[in-house]
Amino acid sequence: MITAVGSPTQARISGCGQCRPRRSVRNDELPAELAVDDSWVVARTGIRARRLADETETVVSMAAEAAGKAVADAGIDAADVDRVLLATCSMPTPIPGGAAQVAHRIGATSAGAFDVNAACAGFSYALAAAADAVRTGATRHVVVVGAEKLSDWVDWTDRRSAVLFGDGAGAVVVSASSRPGIGPLVCGSDGSLAPLIAVPPGGKLTLDGPAVFRWATTVMADAALRICLASGLTPDRLDAVVPHQANQRIVAAVARGLGTEGAVVADDITTAGNTSAASIPLALCRLRDSGAVCGGALALLLGFGAGLTWAGQIVEIP
Amino acid sequence: MTSTEILARFAAVVEEVVGIPARDVTPTKSFTDDLDIDSLSMVEIATAAEDAFGVTIPDSVLGDLRTVADAVDFITRAGVAA
Repeated sequence: MITAVGSPTQARISGCGQCRPRRSVRNDELPAELAVDDSWVVARTGIRARRLADETETVVSMAAEAAGKAVADAGIDAADVDRVLLATCSMPTPIPGGAAQVAHRIGATSAGAFDVNAACAGFSYALAAAADAVRTGATRHVVVVGAEKLSDWVDWTDRRSAVLFGDGAGAVVVSASSRPGIGPLVCGSDGSLAPLIAVPPGGKLTLDGPAVFRWATTVMADAALRICLASGLTPDRLDAVVPHQANQRIVAAVARGLGTEGAVVADDITTAGNTSAASIPLALCRLRDSGAVCGGALALLLGFGAGLTWAGQIVEIP
Repeated sequence: MTSTEILARFAAVVEEVVGIPARDVTPTKSFTDDLDIDSLSMVEIATAAEDAFGVTIPDSVLGDLRTVADAVDFITRAGVAA
């Protein structure tokens, strides 16, 4: 059990939902200009296919679908949602944010709403903000969504980055609870490395893959250990590890560094690609729906990416 | 440590990280063209070599290490400087 953090009201994940775009694109269906074949992509990333949104599938529409399913899964009425948080870095325009539109679409008419942009770490930051809001006692149900349509921002002539990304949305509901189901957030950042993953003004996404790979594979295993310590757990108590699905080789390195042989390591990237802020809730939903872990199982979440930012916590699977 | 010793140890690091037999890791071999090592595996080799030799191989240098000899020369110089 996660150690309580000194508040009579605790927070837990009470439901989850997902939205995956209809179109699945295999490696051999990628644009010819990228000049890649299946084995090239699989060897470097572990990705075999990704979902790419069409013009009717937007960040807001995918987020609303995932959020609506999470609300239904939690067994609550949308009108009882007090707050909607949207983690995204791929809205088509900077204004307005998307969270209020998501709240409107799901019928959360009395909810407050705001966006969180911490790229691939955004979901964990938003989840922590939701848990903190619930622990104050003033908020009962908070919807937290990670949603991305990075296909709008990818440079489809750059095979170093274009093969990686996919679109989609995952959501959870955070609800008041008598016992702790969401551990404390452990997080950090390194703004000196901001240029490693960036969209320049008017441009497309650029990614220094090897440098990000080095940062992630050297820093994230230690981060995962610190997340365990913060929740009063040793890694061998974990039932599942749900790292941001950045690249299969990074996911494997983080799991190896943490040394949790008995834990299930979530895999969403193989068929969904890197979905940035959506990757952790999508992987969490897939893990739960597959039956690989039971309700009440302990999962370590760890997001990391552009900023550079990272954040994570341990949660009980709903 | 002599260059020969550094080469032997570096070849062992390469074998451990990517599974290419150490005897195939000879000075004139190109990492990409001859040994078929991709950029992410080069990062893993660099990280492991940093631990093995107590040196730092910055990203800015890593891209310029084209052959095994380039890597051994860099580690030799970095080791002397350290």
